[in-house]
Amino acid sequence: MGIFDQYKALQEQHAALASVGQCPDQLQFDDIISPTEATLNGKPTILMGTNNYLGMTFDEGCVQSAIDALKEEGTGTTGSRIANGSYNGHKALEDELTAFYDMDSAILFSTGYQANLGAISALAGRDDYLLIDADSHASIYDACRLSDAQVIRFRHNDPKNLARKLERLQDKPGNKLIVIESIYSMLGDMSPIAEFVAIKKKYGAYLLVDEAHSLGVLGEKGRGICEHAGVEKDVDFITGTFSKSIGTIGGFLLSNVPGLDIIRLASRPYMFTASPPPSVVASARHTLARIAGATDLRERLWANATQLYTGLQNAGYELGPTLSPIVAIRLKDAEKAIALWNGLLDAGIYTNLALPPATPFGWYLLRSSISAAHTPEQIAKAVDICTKIGLELELITLSNSRATNGTSAVNGASETPPCATSETEPTVPPKTGDSTATA
Amino acid sequence: MTALSSAGAAAAQNDILSEIKKQLISRVENASLVNENTNITRDLGLDSLTVMDFIFDLEDSFDISIPMERIAEVQTVADLAQAIIVLQKEAS
Repeated sequence: MGIFDQYKALQEQHAALASVGQCPDQLQFDDIISPTEATLNGKPTILMGTNNYLGMTFDEGCVQSAIDALKEEGTGTTGSRIANGSYNGHKALEDELTAFYDMDSAILFSTGYQANLGAISALAGRDDYLLIDADSHASIYDACRLSDAQVIRFRHNDPKNLARKLERLQDKPGNKLIVIESIYSMLGDMSPIAEFVAIKKKYGAYLLVDEAHSLGVLGEKGRGICEHAGVEKDVDFITGTFSKSIGTIGGFLLSNVPGLDIIRLASRPYMFTASPPPSVVASARHTLARIAGATDLRERLWANATQLYTGLQNAGYELGPTLSPIVAIRLKDAEKAIALWNGLLDAGIYTNLALPPATPFGWYLLRSSISAAHTPEQIAKAVDICTKIGLELELITLSNSRATNGTSAVNGASETPPCATSETEPTVPPKTGDSTATA
Repeated sequence: MTALSSAGAAAAQNDILSEIKKQLISRVENASLVNENTNITRDLGLDSLTVMDFIFDLEDSFDISIPMERIAEVQTVADLAQAIIVLQKEAS
């Protein structure tokens, strides 16, 4: 038996995908022109699946700060901070993170994945309990495997299910660490964080919130869902990433719990990998300094998200339950989902194709993430093309399509509030971003 | 162990097996595939999401939490019943 034989099923799935068109994992852009435009196979393409929420990747100041750092401090640190020491930028960025979040301590990680991996695995030790949301990101699941704690899952976004599980653990010694996300990456649905906070307080557990998709996106100052819901002082640990709204790469852990620094000597994903390079740190610092004041970008982002969500909803597509900058079309038919994704690519629209088991309920998802840098015209074009192909594939019909012209969505032609959802979820866009504002 | 408590334990085990089988049968097309020796993922072709949902329902039925590392050790219906018995003892 060959060493790759274990992946036979995976290879077959991949081959089936390749036989009908392009493969998401093999796309290679010819040029990246801007936060929202690229050339793919010689064709101009609108980028609608890059998590580039504020469009900072081409920000002149960010680019220049990275160039300056490259010239001054070189291309890389070539080692971990434990072994090779820290650069000034590492400490400065940690100080700026604590000031931005108004929290006591921060630790930088080299990626967002490693921030979750390193934080969660080190915080929960033997005799402790990790309670994680069932729809958690792979970095959280992998952290559980690295931790010595017992791991108990609760139903997605279900505080009552969590409460029952904490109730059963009441007489058990050991710390309980609850791990939730802010905006979930596949469907864009949000955590009912105030309810989770109430439960954490009732049972004396710790709470860690991953703000990966909400930093820069939610809250008056852009700090994320904890700020948006007014629960920052009740959250024990925050993790986040620089690879979405911040436009570069890296991750962080923040806390008000005294003594956080010991994690630096206990977290293997912190200790045994090279620290973030100076250019990355410099651009992250530059963007972070802009986030609090970037109200205009957040307003644009939410207006754009509303335009895309209502446009696709009016076309007759089934979407995620909550309006957010992640807009996912839910499909049950694998072949049609793959055909829609390929059709969009051929027409110059790039989205993400997400397949089970990485998706909730075994859905096939066409996931897009909107940016403040998108123009209303780009979004209208995407909605129009998506509607046209959806009709051809009979994913939607003219009778359930209320608007077949994307431009109508620019004018906010939705009949139902796009944020209407279950009563357990926070449903409104950030206070700074009126979702009904025209783009 | 007295004969009486042994009989009680056997009855409890049967109840657990029945509930597991009932929950599994509701998720598969061919109910005849489900018995004590059924390998839950290999024999029934259930994906990881269906298994997770199945475990959540069992947790509700028995008022226990099944840690992920315990689930990883389970292969057959009988393994799962045994794991639930152990967890119930730990909780009492």
